[in-house]
Amino acid sequence: MGATHLPSTEFDGTDIEDRLEAEAEARLGDPAEPMVQLLAPDGTLGSDPVFSEYAERLNPEDLRGFYADMAKIRRFDVEATALQRQGQLALWVPLTGQEAAQIGSGRASQPQDYIFPTYREHGVALTRNVDLAELLRQFRGVSNGGWNPKDTNFHLYTLVLAAQTPHAVGYAMGIQRDQKFAASAAITDGTPGQTAEPKAAVMVYFGDGASSEGDVHESMVFASSYNAPVVFFCQNNHWAISVPSSVQTRVPLANRAKGYGFPGIRVDGNDVVAVHAVTEWALERARQGEGPVLIEAFTYRVGAHTTADDPTKYRESAEEGRWRAKDPLERLEKYLRAQGLADDDFFERVRADGDELAAYVRKTTHDLETPDIRTAFANTYVEAHPLVAEELAWFEEYSAGFVDEAEPADTEAAN
Amino acid sequence: MTTMTIAKAINEGLRATLTNNPRALLMGEDIGPLGGVYRVTDGLIAEFGADRVVDTPLAESGIIGTAIGLSLRGYLPVCEIQFDGFVFPGFNQITTQLAKMHSRSNGNLTVPVVIRIPYGGGIGSIEHHSESPEALFAHTAGLRIITPSNPHDAYWMIQQAADCQDPVIVFEPKRRYWLKGEVDTETPGTSADPFKAHVLREGTDATVVVYGPLVPVALAAANAAAEDGRSVEVIDLRSISPIDFDTVTESVKKTGRLIVAHEAPTFGGIGGEIAARISERAFHSLEAPVIRVGGFHMPYPVAKVEEDYLPDIDRILEALDRAFSY
Ligand SMILES: Cc1ncc(C[n+]2csc(CCOP(=O)(O)OP(=O)(O)O)c2C)c(N)n1
Ligand SMILES: [Mg+2]
Repeated sequence: MGATHLPSTEFDGTDIEDRLEAEAEARLGDPAEPMVQLLAPDGTLGSDPVFSEYAERLNPEDLRGFYADMAKIRRFDVEATALQRQGQLALWVPLTGQEAAQIGSGRASQPQDYIFPTYREHGVALTRNVDLAELLRQFRGVSNGGWNPKDTNFHLYTLVLAAQTPHAVGYAMGIQRDQKFAASAAITDGTPGQTAEPKAAVMVYFGDGASSEGDVHESMVFASSYNAPVVFFCQNNHWAISVPSSVQTRVPLANRAKGYGFPGIRVDGNDVVAVHAVTEWALERARQGEGPVLIEAFTYRVGAHTTADDPTKYRESAEEGRWRAKDPLERLEKYLRAQGLADDDFFERVRADGDELAAYVRKTTHDLETPDIRTAFANTYVEAHPLVAEELAWFEEYSAGFVDEAEPADTEAAN
Repeated sequence: MTTMTIAKAINEGLRATLTNNPRALLMGEDIGPLGGVYRVTDGLIAEFGADRVVDTPLAESGIIGTAIGLSLRGYLPVCEIQFDGFVFPGFNQITTQLAKMHSRSNGNLTVPVVIRIPYGGGIGSIEHHSESPEALFAHTAGLRIITPSNPHDAYWMIQQAADCQDPVIVFEPKRRYWLKGEVDTETPGTSADPFKAHVLREGTDATVVVYGPLVPVALAAANAAAEDGRSVEVIDLRSISPIDFDTVTESVKKTGRLIVAHEAPTFGGIGGEIAARISERAFHSLEAPVIRVGGFHMPYPVAKVEEDYLPDIDRILEALDRAFSY
């Protein structure tokens, strides 16, 4: 990597425009850095000594499914953004540009695996059958969660960056122990010495920005120490709000894995086939007890950080344009059409399904119940807590006072 | 005198600090070209360069920890934490290192780091963006904690924090960032001492102590109470550590009733500390127990119900009713 890859940390008099431009160039990626890619931006399928084997497992139905999922989640993203603009959501965190990274990896997981997302993983949520309308609760401000992770093995979003990474490793350590429990139970009750449960792994998502948090380091240390069945899936979308990834790392993030003693792989995050192949490989490995893997999906946040963000403040729109040319949907469409695996009818159906989902989400969001602070009192502790009880009693009395004041006429009429 | 918002006043205060002290530097996430998520550092990187307005890696422990190192080397780091709920990865560095360095070096070392934290709710935001964790820091000896409620204080307090030889946390009331007011950039006037409380409205029947975002709420409540013939004194605490107990005591000796309101939960909060101290100092003047108004003992609730959680005019009036019922 040349010096141009390095952000200026010494004030050298260069003005900010120059710095931004130099960094934008650097972010295009060094072609010298190895990156797994199977489906090129022009829609041609290449090969890879390790991962082609995994891609070959995919049948046309799988590939059409990937496309349908990516199109669906992009349509959902557009709808959620519109809902935010209409005041139906407090905030929205768009994923456009990252569909392949999310659908490819999510589709590689199995139902028994447990997934820890950050907050932008709506595509992964789709692959885990999370009701997307439920997912909007958090962004409407009616819940801090919205879905029950036990239904889908898709954990709640975590907004404190990287805080979920040690949870994932601990969960994976639990899976290791389950296998021992099952084995010892088998000895005592005479059943065969293998767990009947399919082997499971954990996958945890985090961003290029979050990778700088100490929690990520500690997680990787634990994962390595205990050879935990966990896949660290880092979506390097090149930006942490306004801060370019060159501030977080000067080498490919995937290289960090080597220092912890497990494999790290950079994959073209806009290539759904490659992402799926690499993730399937990593999860299988983890399920077989071969330990952690770090996957760096090299992708790009095409839109704003959130609906509250204005990227023109800190990056060139030309950069966005260059990445749009690597669009994950377009390249799969090209491939499917060229191979005769999908026709106009298919793409038309996908579009119609997307509109249907959007209509469902719109309606459900409007209808989402307004929460009551009593729920927050109730959910603070599992067991009865005297202070909570006392404050709730005060609150009931206090609010009752308002009802009396506000509706004296009604009360009289009722009497 | 110039009129500006609190956000702009802090921006101007930071500009003055960077201008006056060549060893001052700003550190934080997105404080460079973006100017911070609240634009408080807007334009400063263009003016002072990337060496003095540092977009850091995304790591709060790293921000505070390296700020400590820089200050040991004679620099004056002013750190921005993006939101109240995200200070905790840096909590270890703040409480075990920053707060204690002077003491454990037997007074030989100073670490005059400034930490700015936008805090409080009422902005309809998602989780971790509306919290009021000031008591957690106030409980830690070695830290000073101040919080402006108006642009003039904001302009001067950030500079006074930078001048202070102790570590100072400036809690910035984020829902008041756009509140406008007059700023005298020539002289701080009555705001010369950031650790002194201000009596904002004089009264004779009860005292309401508030700080930061609740100051306008308390003033409005005092106006409403006046319509009922109650004369309420309002004190802006301004400093949470140390607390200016003299000003509060003097007021309570006159009024005989005290309400303390903050957004943070009442349990284990600043209000409890004030209640205990005032009971000791002004017991014989009190006509009623000191009453606290604050958040409930629960994680900050979702945006759609935050109105039920946050102290408002009615909650302060209800507390006044209780104080007058004794
Ligand atoms: C501990 C913590 N610090 C700061 C923030 C504020 N914040 C929210 S998103 C963000 C940038 C995250 O970037 P990255 O990890 O690359 O994820 P991306 O948003 O690109 O998906 C920041 C600084 C936070 N949520 N948590
Ligand atoms: Mg990112």
